[in-house]
Amino acid sequence: MTRESMEYDVVIVGAGPAGLSAAIRLKQLDADLSVVVLEKGSEVGAHILSGAVLDPCGLDALLPNWREMGAPITVPVRKDNFYMLGEAGKVRIPNFVMPPIMSNHGAYIVSMGNVCRWMAEQAEALGVEIFPSMACSEFVFGDEGEVKGVVAGEFGLNADGTPSEAYEPGMELHGKYVFLSEGVRGSLSKRAIEIFDLAAESGVQKYGLGMKEIWEIDPAKHCEGTVTHTMGWPLGKNAGGGSFIYHLDNNQVYVGLVVHLNYKNPHLYPYMEFQRFKHHPMVADLLKGGKRVAYGARAITEGGWQSLPKTAFPGGALLGCSAGMVNVPRIKGNHNAMLSGKAAAEAAHQAITAGRSGDTLADYDTEVRSGPIGQDLKPVRNVKPLWSKWGLVTSLVVGGADMWCNTLFGTSPLNLKHGKSDAAATGKAADFKPIDYPKPDGTLSFDRLTNVSFSMTNHEESQPAHLKLINPDVPIAVNLPDYAEPAQRYCPAGVYEVVDEKFVINFQNCVHCKTCDIKDPSQNIVWTTPQGGDGPNYPNM
Amino acid sequence: MKVLVPVKRVIDYNVKVRVKADGSGVDLANVKMSMNPFDEIAVEEAIRLKEAGQVDEIVAVSIGVKQAQETLRTALAMGADRAILVIAADDVHTDLEPLAVAKILAAVVAEETPGLVLCGKQAIDNDMNATGQMLSALLGWSQATFASEVEIEGDSAKVTREVDGGLQTISAKMPTVITVDLRLNEPRYASLPNIMKAKRKPLDEKTAADYGVDVSPRLEVLKTEEPAVRAAGMIVGSVDELVAKLKDAGAV
Repeated sequence: MTRESMEYDVVIVGAGPAGLSAAIRLKQLDADLSVVVLEKGSEVGAHILSGAVLDPCGLDALLPNWREMGAPITVPVRKDNFYMLGEAGKVRIPNFVMPPIMSNHGAYIVSMGNVCRWMAEQAEALGVEIFPSMACSEFVFGDEGEVKGVVAGEFGLNADGTPSEAYEPGMELHGKYVFLSEGVRGSLSKRAIEIFDLAAESGVQKYGLGMKEIWEIDPAKHCEGTVTHTMGWPLGKNAGGGSFIYHLDNNQVYVGLVVHLNYKNPHLYPYMEFQRFKHHPMVADLLKGGKRVAYGARAITEGGWQSLPKTAFPGGALLGCSAGMVNVPRIKGNHNAMLSGKAAAEAAHQAITAGRSGDTLADYDTEVRSGPIGQDLKPVRNVKPLWSKWGLVTSLVVGGADMWCNTLFGTSPLNLKHGKSDAAATGKAADFKPIDYPKPDGTLSFDRLTNVSFSMTNHEESQPAHLKLINPDVPIAVNLPDYAEPAQRYCPAGVYEVVDEKFVINFQNCVHCKTCDIKDPSQNIVWTTPQGGDGPNYPNM
Repeated sequence: MKVLVPVKRVIDYNVKVRVKADGSGVDLANVKMSMNPFDEIAVEEAIRLKEAGQVDEIVAVSIGVKQAQETLRTALAMGADRAILVIAADDVHTDLEPLAVAKILAAVVAEETPGLVLCGKQAIDNDMNATGQMLSALLGWSQATFASEVEIEGDSAKVTREVDGGLQTISAKMPTVITVDLRLNEPRYASLPNIMKAKRKPLDEKTAADYGVDVSPRLEVLKTEEPAVRAAGMIVGSVDELVAKLKDAGAV
């Protein structure tokens, strides 16, 4: 089966903040450049999940007039709370001891999904071609082994992988440069990192799992612009992480919990931790009488500075969280995603103008490290490793001191490394006690499958499962006896089950968070793209 | 023969429909929208008739907000030849009534003079199931509704209809309005090359006023409510337990 092909100047995989920023910047620099953006979600924004408190510095650099352009960025942060939670109580950490970089002053509470929808409109108005529902499943390589393009839009495979009557082979999209802006643990980005050995000189990447619900609450309890972060209960010593509660407009509240995926106890059930969190009196009081409107989950990169791989490779570049640009103590990454898109566009524009193509955009990598992104990530490099090694309280004190040190002196003597990968950090089931989680009450907390239906997820049933096992025997032969098969618990969408000693993959539930690809202790699960348009259909996430 | 295929932009079938807090309707802000699935079947059938050599041109038409352009692009990517967008509302929450839609379609038919109108039997948002029938009445054409099989034979269409308890086959005189049911066919994927080509196919923009049709509502929505939540079930261990529980509940 032959595929049609199309030539572009730049091919961008993923219509998130990084990819769309790159597309917009390319067209700003030269309206004649041909730019295509491919998005696996059914529409732009359908697969975007982020907190999000947005630092507008990325957008300021890209579209300085965004305030006058009708951007859906209208809720400034007015109140910033940080609490340490116990099971029933809380201790507020006063703002004056918080390192200034953790302040949310000047930031906005946004739906990044809606911000991306708006950015896509701006990009299209500039002449960018955006094709949603088109999953990029593989690379096309050039003669020198450089990335020359991608294959997008393959549809209609039977469950056994053979083409059905409705089969569409998809199309090759070739570019002088291919930008990978797939977000955390992108399937092509992972391949590129392997093929070009981009992580050879950086530490392992670290991840978190973020779960989020949108609630419509009693207007009397709503306080637009309020941002609350918590640490401590319910995760306690079992895992790092913390919660967020953001009051946006229209009496809506974003409630979420992030669980660091380097947790050791394989019995830990991140989804149930999130559900339990909502029963804390502080949260329960807020949500009582309200209604859960949507649910979703997505992994987050947390490795920061030490884990940043080389971001340029022959023929392409890693943008945003395809490389990993989240600032963990600031709990923000969207601004860096946008800045990386802008920087990649500028490097590609310069190269194309000079008649180059298919080479390594070294200028982009330099800009990521020494420009605003590096300056944002480097000073906080010790926070996450401290947290992982010494637990919450010590790391708060030492990490806080370290951030203050960076704030006051512009540098810190500490240069800590991350430990093992999150998969390798998983301990044996026998060494840990199972955790008894309370049953969801159906009002404040919900069982996993009910909540998944609020992510509006759908996958064509007749296609092959997009979650591939390298060795189909591993889940039952190794993971079950050694780790009590943690996939049953770490997956926030209930994809994996062990039924009668058989490993079942309900791929139709998958919300594309990529946690399985990251956390499987045997590294036996590979997340690949399902048919384009499948997956969650997040509104306002 | 020319076929006219009306397509409607509706809330996507995967979306969990949510009633607005004030009960005035369904919340559509930033919600995924797509082509009404029954209309997709109508587009597919038109393409199959064209592939069989019985149709020369497929014209897709959509009536509603400007964003319905995307719905028409999907029809064009599937294989429609050209499209007409009739802008008749500004707010995405406006649901035009079937009579207004049928009147505009009748005017489009007068202009385009197709030999056949193929449409979905109903839209999955308001489930009215009325536009096709109203259009046939306004045009004075025959109608064949709920089609699960369509054969064009000269100046008549042999249509198998899905009726309660079985199938009914009728012959409708052409020109006719056929409304299609779920089992008629399985719509094809819009492939990426065809989506790219569809961007260059003609799409005319009109307004309701161009056709002299008043689209102001004749029906008033008093209230929109979500269905009552079903009480949770329980699993019982034995027949005796079941009987005991039913007795407790006063059901037996």
